[in-house]
Amino acid sequence: MTALTPPTLDRNLLHRLGIVAVLFVIAGLLSVLTDSFATASNLTNVARQISINGILAVGVTFVLLTGGVDLSLGSVVALSGVVCALFAHPGDHPLFVPIGMGLLTGVLCGLLNGVLVTRGGIAPFIVTLGMMTVARGLALIISGGKPVADMSPALTNLSGDLGPLPIPLLCFALVAGLSWLFLGRFRLGRHLYAVGGNEQAARAAGVSVPQVKLFAYGLCGLLTGLAGVVLAARITTGQPNAGQAYELDAIAAVVIGGTSLSGGVGSVLGTVLGVLLIGVINNGLDLLSVSSYYQAVIKGVIIVGAVWLDRRQARS
Amino acid sequence: MLRACQLTKTFGGLSVLQEATIDFHPGEVHALMGENGAGKSTLMKMLAGLYPPDGGTIEWRGQPVRFDSPDDALSQGIAMVHQELMPIPDLNVAENLLLGMEPVNALGWVDRAELHRQARSWLKELNTDLDTHQPMRRLSVAQMQVVEIAKALARQADVILMDEPTAALSDHEVAALFKAITTLRRRGVAVVYTTHKMDEVFRVADRISVLRDGKWVGTKAAIEFSPDSLIAHMVGRELTQIFPPVTTTPGEVILEVRALTRAPAFRQISFTLRRGEVLGLAGLMGAGRTEVVSAIGGLAPATSGEICLRGTPTHVTCPADAIAAGIGMVTEDRKGLGIIPALSVEHNLTLAALPSFSRGPIIDAAAERSATQAATTDFAIKASSPHQAIRELSGGNQQKVLLARALLNRPAILILDEPTRGIDIGAKAEIYALIGRLSAQGTAVLLVSSELPEILSLTHRILVLRQGELAAELDPRQTNQEEILRHAMPR
Repeated sequence: MTALTPPTLDRNLLHRLGIVAVLFVIAGLLSVLTDSFATASNLTNVARQISINGILAVGVTFVLLTGGVDLSLGSVVALSGVVCALFAHPGDHPLFVPIGMGLLTGVLCGLLNGVLVTRGGIAPFIVTLGMMTVARGLALIISGGKPVADMSPALTNLSGDLGPLPIPLLCFALVAGLSWLFLGRFRLGRHLYAVGGNEQAARAAGVSVPQVKLFAYGLCGLLTGLAGVVLAARITTGQPNAGQAYELDAIAAVVIGGTSLSGGVGSVLGTVLGVLLIGVINNGLDLLSVSSYYQAVIKGVIIVGAVWLDRRQARS
Repeated sequence: MLRACQLTKTFGGLSVLQEATIDFHPGEVHALMGENGAGKSTLMKMLAGLYPPDGGTIEWRGQPVRFDSPDDALSQGIAMVHQELMPIPDLNVAENLLLGMEPVNALGWVDRAELHRQARSWLKELNTDLDTHQPMRRLSVAQMQVVEIAKALARQADVILMDEPTAALSDHEVAALFKAITTLRRRGVAVVYTTHKMDEVFRVADRISVLRDGKWVGTKAAIEFSPDSLIAHMVGRELTQIFPPVTTTPGEVILEVRALTRAPAFRQISFTLRRGEVLGLAGLMGAGRTEVVSAIGGLAPATSGEICLRGTPTHVTCPADAIAAGIGMVTEDRKGLGIIPALSVEHNLTLAALPSFSRGPIIDAAAERSATQAATTDFAIKASSPHQAIRELSGGNQQKVLLARALLNRPAILILDEPTRGIDIGAKAEIYALIGRLSAQGTAVLLVSSELPEILSLTHRILVLRQGELAAELDPRQTNQEEILRHAMPR
């Protein structure tokens, strides 16, 4: 159905083929270099690992599209996870309560970011930097600095499998699919591109810029809350120290996927490919038993290199 | 001393300056006069090394020269003071003035006492006594200009080019600037200067060169011109046949503006607009035309006064309000307030009218595509596909997309602010024909234009703005460009 074509498919096709090619080359190399990469159990493992970064990356794509940024992802993941765990003690509440509270926490943090950016006129970098430390602090305060354990199996089972597929992966796939439809077909999705592409012109065309931005931060917050719940389920505790620097992997994935940091250009499909690339690299370096010190260096080089290649392509 | 020889410049196939030949002499104030778009700024920018000429040469002290950059021109002694000043707001006056040539002591550190002493002495040359310690951001526009001129002096400039230096100045500040210019003349500096203010030219210029439509018309001593003869030189062109005849008879009043004010941009503006009427807004740059129509279009609301649509007072606080009330607008600033560069032609086109291509919050892609096809044909938009990014289109085609965008909502009132600026003659003719068709269909058009032939040929009525106030209402059949300009000139 061509009607579902997202707005930037044509122009980003080349770029995506580039990432897909790099992905295949790396996967091919790993299959040859290791015995364990191309096995079902490892690939499910990769899927499980990328899901949380994937959900966060899709969420922050909305914010980056408007020309903003969200540095508070990691801390809000921790706060949402802790809140979720507090409501998840066995026999306390039905399943939807801890999940709902986790999501609500994320939404509130995101909306607060959005209000400060739009009403307060403060730069997104500053606002979300503040939120990063505030949310981390709140997570430590309400958990008393200790992991919130004793979560009901109903919730921790959410990190299990549904049929052959891990539930976190299904969450990521659902989020990515809905977001893709949203950006391609919904009026508000189109407005996100317009606001990021030229805020003043979008306003002149009748777009309510503050509303659009508020929505982007709120949606990003919702998905961050979801990532927090998924993480809590996976590690079976609400960890106030979890999620450190998660925002960096998420933003890296989005940028590798061709989304412009200045806004207005990008797509969910690109973000998904960026998430896959980072996931495969992380997994490959583990399998090759590269020391984590070197892993950090290699990952950084690959991120900058990928974006450099992309920009060079864009110029030519 | 400095000579522009057959200088030619074209932008995207549009010739903005053709074979202009003008001499500039030391100790002389030389005014470049002409309508907007006559090529004055372009000529200056070539002399200052900002644009390379496409033809002709610049002769400097008898030798042909090539300036590859403003630095290049500056090192030869040619400095430009820009229309929009470019100071570094957080550095202080002395630091800005001597930027890049700060005096240093034996250790290579900036000698701050010496820095301020030198800055003060340059400012004194211009009879100004500014505190060199205050940050640039605290200065008025006029003070910044003086600092810019002192900056040029400090760099030993022999020629100083000033592009509309008085556009943003009060009378009092203009007087101070002219004192500085007189000092420059005494020092043997050649001052080249553009302005739209007639009285100023005769106060300060020794010689005047007139440009019209990118062509040099003539250079004479200022005393050989009278204001009327100068205007005739600036305008003096035949109306061509590209304008459709004005045939519609305006119907009932649909827009009434009462005492609209946003000081200091405009004050007490009142007028009516009728169904099918084309109302022209004439005036010089800075007269408040764009500001008035921006208030009606919601871009920058007025602070007092009333906008009545079909007799009902209507609040227009943002562009979305205006669109909902049936007011469409194509702004003067195509890049800044018009196109979304990275988005496709289709997505730019439908942006303001998305609700009419949606079911609930979801865009109906088929409806959107057929609307795009229709608009592409109707407006003869040349794009390789509806998915092409709009930034890749020519200015004329971008403008047609923006016109189509405003019209997709079928507005009862269409505001066009300089709709033909910077686009080629073919696209201009298409836009003129469109204005004629819209008027025949009953759309009321509010047309702002600096091109007087457009205003005279396309409209039913003309309002002239002068310094933010309504100066005259004229009948295009009984007036001429000279009369419009006379009303538009600041008193």
